[in-house]
Amino acid sequence: MFDKNYPEPRFDKVLSAKASRRQFIKGVIASGAAVSGAGVLFGTLTGCSPRGAATGGVERMLMLNVNGTTRTVDVLPNETLAMTLRYKLNLTGTKLGCDRGECGACTVLIDDVATYSCSTLTHSVRSKAITTIEGLESADGTLHPVQQAMIDELGPQCGFCTPGQIMSAVALLKANPQPTRDEARHALSGNLCRCGAYDHYLNSVMRAAGQPVSQNLPA
Amino acid sequence: MSKDMMPAFELYQPDTVDGAIELLTEAGEGGWAMAGGNDSLDWFKDRIKRPSVVVDLSGLDELRGVREMAGGGIEIGALTTLTTIERDPLIRERYTVLADAARRVASPQIRNTGTIGGNISQDARCWYYRYGVDCYRAGGNTCFAKSPEGQDREHCLWGADRCIAVSPSDTAPAMVVLDARMVIRNAAGEREVPAEQFFIGPDVDITRMTVLERGDVLTAIRIPADWAGATFYFEKVADRNTWDFPLVNIAAAMFVEGGNIARIRMAAGAVQCVPRRLQAVEQAVTGQPKNAATAALAGQTSVRGATTLNYNEFKVPLLQNLVTRAIRDA
Repeated sequence: MFDKNYPEPRFDKVLSAKASRRQFIKGVIASGAAVSGAGVLFGTLTGCSPRGAATGGVERMLMLNVNGTTRTVDVLPNETLAMTLRYKLNLTGTKLGCDRGECGACTVLIDDVATYSCSTLTHSVRSKAITTIEGLESADGTLHPVQQAMIDELGPQCGFCTPGQIMSAVALLKANPQPTRDEARHALSGNLCRCGAYDHYLNSVMRAAGQPVSQNLPA
Repeated sequence: MSKDMMPAFELYQPDTVDGAIELLTEAGEGGWAMAGGNDSLDWFKDRIKRPSVVVDLSGLDELRGVREMAGGGIEIGALTTLTTIERDPLIRERYTVLADAARRVASPQIRNTGTIGGNISQDARCWYYRYGVDCYRAGGNTCFAKSPEGQDREHCLWGADRCIAVSPSDTAPAMVVLDARMVIRNAAGEREVPAEQFFIGPDVDITRMTVLERGDVLTAIRIPADWAGATFYFEKVADRNTWDFPLVNIAAAMFVEGGNIARIRMAAGAVQCVPRRLQAVEQAVTGQPKNAATAALAGQTSVRGATTLNYNEFKVPLLQNLVTRAIRDA
């Protein structure tokens, strides 16, 4: 059911049958290893199981256009796009920070428009083109200009918010290839950075747009 | 951070408004109409609202876009995003106050999916209510914000009636100023409600902030030609420039003839449960010269009768200053 070019999504496989899920959990406990990993997994899996899912309404099998490839995936009605990307399609470059539309770490492009994937039901974007951070580099591995500029300008500090910042910047440059620094600041204003690397991010966006980097800095 | 999912529900994605109304009517108490989803999904994730049937309106393309109406004025589909409204040439040309208000909502990503219908229909932002406590608005018999230790910094100056929550919308005051008409459809038919009557306070119904009832779908907003091309003013003050709801916002439309204010409408948000139309100000300044003295008079007039709570006294000079600036700087 999944495209062969992509690794089989582990969590989904675990979920596919009650027996295998039980065995997996038992295995983790018995081995005594990866205790924290198990905690993460349980957190991830809560409510993600098809058991207890409501019936009626939309079909669960979806064709999703992600990064230019159509992928078939089993999506619950109450599943956010961030969940589908991370836990069904293994596209973990999209981060979950707040899961409430208040931080921007989960930003992806829907038909080239920056969108919080935590606040979007996957079923709502069935017929749309989804682009994640994984879809930016070209086939030969060349980074997107915004990604390269982030490296050149030492944009990120810890890096957790970076995929979201990059997606917002890519959306801006698609609509406005020559933004002013103020326009870039507005475009990235829906992405929080707890390291406070905002000016570095803006430098990166201006470099990616081929604009002078340090002009217009506040005095 | 919570990485689990929201509770299960049945999801329907109708492609006609009639289909949506049928689904919502059938679902009754367990039904939920979702537009952009920004607020809806937060409610579900927090388990405060637990609908069994969610009707996703986002596929109703007939409810998107800005159209010119016969006889002047415009009609805005309720699902039109705030980003579209911020950039729409017609709105920017004739009703800049609405474009300016839309631009100050939340964050770019939220404006990209958030709809104008959702923005004006959003529920109270009181954090006690949002936390799921058994307050008056949630059907209980206490206001936690108004208790001696309650945090009421964001709450109202007027219209307290058990609940002291305020209208949280940035675009709602602009709608009142423009005398917009809300087009509401349900199984019985279609009706048009003026913006001033669309928003309701706790004295009318403490469990909702608009006249929308179960089975109702807000389909469009019609803005008459009356205020097209007026001199406009919009300003919002919030703790942060992104995401935050207004502490106070102000919207004004006026026609100035020969230096005098010939006609004016003004409304403030986040000071009452509904956008507060400042009629006393309108009356005081109509016919007066648009100058600093009139602006000062307007500011003083605007705060008469304000009743402060424990921590929101700052809203009085804030509103006064915003009203003064609206006359002075428009």
